Amino acid sequence: MGRHYTEGEPIRDTKAPAGPIEERWEKRKFGAKLVNPANKRKMHVIVVGTGLAGGSAAATLGELGYNVTSFCYQDSPRRAHSIAAQGGINAAKNYRGDGDSIYRLFYDTVKGGDFRARESNVYRLAQVSVNIIDQAVAQGVPFAREYGGLLDTRSFGGAQVSRTFYARGQTGQQLLLGAYQALERQIAAGTVKMNTRHEMLDLIVSDGRARGVIVRDMVTGEIERHLADAVVLATGGYGNVFFLSTNAKGCNTTAIWRAHRRGAMFANPCYTQIHPTCIPVSGDYQSKLTLMSESLRNDGRVWVPVKAGDTRPAAEIPEQERDYYLERIYPAFGNLVPRDIASRAAKNVCDEGRGVGPGGLGVYLDFADAISRLGRDAVEKKYGNLFEMYERITGEDPYSQPMRIYPAVHYTMGGLWVDYDLQSTIPGLFVVGEANFSDHGANRLGASALMQGLADGYFVLPTTIGDYLANGPYGEVDDEAVAEAEAAVQSKIERLLSVNGTRTADSYHRELGKLMWDYCGMERTEESLRKALERIPELREEFWRNVKVSGTADELNQALERAGRVADFFDLAELMCIDALHRTESCGGHFRAESQDADGEALRDDENFAYVAAWEYGEQGPVLHKEALEYEYVTMSQRSYK
Amino acid sequence: MNLTLKVWRQRGPQDKGRMVTYRVEDVSPDMSFLEMLDVLNERLILEGDDPIAFDHDCREGICGMCGMVINGYAHGEQVATTTCQLHMRHFEDEAVITVEPWRAAPFPVVKDLVVDRSSFDRIIQAGGFISVPAGSAPDAHSVPVKKADADAAFDAATCIGCGACVAACPNGSASLFTAAKITHLSLLPQGQPERDSRARAMVEQMDAEGFGGCTNTGECTASCPKGIPLDTIAQMNRDYLRASK
Amino acid sequence: MAVTGAVLVLFLVGHMVGNLKAFLGADSFNEYATFLRTMGAPLLTYRVALTVVEVVLAVAIVLHMWAAITLARRAGRARPVKYAARRKSQANGYAVHTMRYGGVIVLLFVVYHLLDLTIGVVNPAGWGGTPYERLVASFAPERWWVTAFYVVGVVMVGLHLRHGLWSALQTLGLASGRSHRPLKAAAAAVSAVLVLGFLVVPVAVMIGVIK
Repeated sequence: MGRHYTEGEPIRDTKAPAGPIEERWEKRKFGAKLVNPANKRKMHVIVVGTGLAGGSAAATLGELGYNVTSFCYQDSPRRAHSIAAQGGINAAKNYRGDGDSIYRLFYDTVKGGDFRARESNVYRLAQVSVNIIDQAVAQGVPFAREYGGLLDTRSFGGAQVSRTFYARGQTGQQLLLGAYQALERQIAAGTVKMNTRHEMLDLIVSDGRARGVIVRDMVTGEIERHLADAVVLATGGYGNVFFLSTNAKGCNTTAIWRAHRRGAMFANPCYTQIHPTCIPVSGDYQSKLTLMSESLRNDGRVWVPVKAGDTRPAAEIPEQERDYYLERIYPAFGNLVPRDIASRAAKNVCDEGRGVGPGGLGVYLDFADAISRLGRDAVEKKYGNLFEMYERITGEDPYSQPMRIYPAVHYTMGGLWVDYDLQSTIPGLFVVGEANFSDHGANRLGASALMQGLADGYFVLPTTIGDYLANGPYGEVDDEAVAEAEAAVQSKIERLLSVNGTRTADSYHRELGKLMWDYCGMERTEESLRKALERIPELREEFWRNVKVSGTADELNQALERAGRVADFFDLAELMCIDALHRTESCGGHFRAESQDADGEALRDDENFAYVAAWEYGEQGPVLHKEALEYEYVTMSQRSYK
Repeated sequence: MNLTLKVWRQRGPQDKGRMVTYRVEDVSPDMSFLEMLDVLNERLILEGDDPIAFDHDCREGICGMCGMVINGYAHGEQVATTTCQLHMRHFEDEAVITVEPWRAAPFPVVKDLVVDRSSFDRIIQAGGFISVPAGSAPDAHSVPVKKADADAAFDAATCIGCGACVAACPNGSASLFTAAKITHLSLLPQGQPERDSRARAMVEQMDAEGFGGCTNTGECTASCPKGIPLDTIAQMNRDYLRASK
Repeated sequence: MAVTGAVLVLFLVGHMVGNLKAFLGADSFNEYATFLRTMGAPLLTYRVALTVVEVVLAVAIVLHMWAAITLARRAGRARPVKYAARRKSQANGYAVHTMRYGGVIVLLFVVYHLLDLTIGVVNPAGWGGTPYERLVASFAPERWWVTAFYVVGVVMVGLHLRHGLWSALQTLGLASGRSHRPLKAAAAAVSAVLVLGFLVVPVAVMIGVIK
């Protein structure tokens, strides 16, 4: 079997100004054309998605005076999955005086991303981070504070400085509610028109420009066309391609995948982040995975039985028959090795048949030592709420028996390719938040997702989109383009309803997810990826031949919604595997078993792969466009945790 | 375990609706309530029936989208739990479980167990915010906030907007939801300039939506998955009276 | 609710203190009754001040009932479709059960109480007797069932107050985070004092301490 793709011309970001990195954003802002305030009302912008990026973007554009239409699939913009982020948000405030700076945050993020992110973008992110905290505090976000009344911070994700602002374990919720409230204020002011329970099903491209969207009213089933001068996608990541992930059930790839089909390039689809401490799967019916804070690894010891197939309860396994494998393999870092290393190590021991719990997919995280050393009260004080959450879900008491944990898909670094202006390869189509690929490279650091979403929405996009709009107007929208997009949506729905087969969309999704997890999950090999690329088209073909969707198109039909999303996941899964197969190096969240050093660490191949892989959709298979990554400020180096 | 479910089925807002009985077998005690419904729905789809429509999203108790009245209790009888985090191990084998949507005139039924909670969004629109254009904020440390105030504001701000308070209230009142936001913002120095207008506008909007009045029964707090305290309602009343002077 | 309730509570406190004069003997009690009628004299003529108080109380009761009925009707409109499943209250159900139904029982009790001791139409001593005579006649040992009815009525008043007092503080925004528990306890204590204060007189008559 040969290559699954062809290679096209290189691609390049033409928007980031040249010159010293700290002056680029200032230069870009000054260089951006402004829209006359009187004209802003006549400029219509569509924003799809209401999470941190979309909610803050719609609110800010509305505040600036643009005529904004916003969509979300939930019943309220406040439900977007940003709400579930627990840990915190990074900002280079240096309130601690511990040596933090914009430059250090920039440096840590580029290095954390395993040198696969664009320097200009990351530097701007670090610059803007300080404004985000100011903005959120002014909105009334109740960040944790110290007795002196000033903001508290903590260190996170191995950073050597304390720069993570947090609101107990609900930072995402509080930041999202801040953006939501700003959005509701604009809705009341009439600058934003909100459409809840609406799902974007296609992008309208007229004369080469993004000019609107086709959406389905999920209550009435009506297919609606909405036209605009520019479209912003803020529809999140695609982790649900694995069926089981820490994403919300409704998270899907349809919006960005449809945009990809209309010409937007998809960058680095194989970069996925696996989080090591999630509650393991308990059965086939499982619908989602729940994250447990990583802080648990500070006091918990990870172990599995020495013998494979040992089904004795944990308490009956004597000390000498336990393998504290992280402490054994990584004596220096022990249980505190980075996310990807901990995840892969857990997978390896489970592959050896030493996993614990149902299906053998879990490892113990044991607090017995911590409890005898610190006392139960101290442990309860530190982790009480997490233990409670664990017990609520599993029905097991982590004070008396060890927790079981297993890695789970958590975040996708890949997404639609955007330039420094956050504009995709379709003019007029902007992509913000997790939906784009821009700032995290091959691995995202903890507490950086919230920072990026809000940086994009509050500060970057509102400036750059103005430049695009000021260069308009872009003429009438081609009726035929609209009609064609609408017909494509209609026909896909009719097709899904007419198959009338014998399996539900969910059962196909579950099978696709399992396949992706096994073959394109934590560890990928040429062999596994080729297997996946063989199996995915077969399964997709069977799906279109045998799926069963009950009900009709013109009502609230959750079976139909799911089937449409699963159909797009198949296509995305294939592209992810092609991307993973072509990138024969390991980097960040992409681990190719063939590319590791003697210690089993990810081994990058900078000579051949220091580029962003931007994929163009093609009828004959995807076309690869490489954006070369140049590092002027940060020297590329190999990570080491020994 | 095996269960009998009595579920409210209603095709649309105009349909009268009725309770329909389903038998669900081989339920694992480790399933969440929603996963149990997922299993039933897959069967219904294959039988060519309409699956039971219900709202859900994050399935980790924070988005506030899920919510159904289980055996008469909002989110089920277990306290401080959303429906998505309620597990079947809390039910007995052969139990008969009644499942109904939130019942309140300002929450009209959309389909089956799905209700329209946009009245909550309109209450926030009326004033549940602090007006700050992006980029205009002063440095975050320019206004210190007492830790106790910040913590109390946080406690009120943890509301997930699920509507269980309304569903559980014998009066169908939205006071706890409205009070949580008013309290969150009025405890912070940043919330002071708009404090009076916010309290007035939000309370008036709440009444205009057709929610019932508060008689301080405390059922809202008892059924709130986040345990929003009842004092927030006193704070709302205090702010409202202050604003009406 | 809260404001009219507060007026009624103030009245109850005064009423209870006055009642306790029964322990100081017939003269003291009757003198107090006369004082109520001659309040404000010589500026005001006989019974003017008392009538004003009575009117205020009557208005407060009517407004209190009107507010309660309005709230009940609003609640009905807010939930046109009831739940099929019955539930136990999760907040001990106390307020729900004692306020609306309890309020009606209290009203019936007050009507009887006025007919008995104020107007005297159902009192053995009748309209002609002194207030003290009416008191002793009403709670005579052989009429133990009247005392029993008073006990039930007054306890209902107490339960109504236990939630009502705290609820009024809450409605007027006077309760706050730290004062929540103490205020609830205080409401219960005040209610208990009023119940005891009101019941001690009829019981004393019944067992013959006051005759």
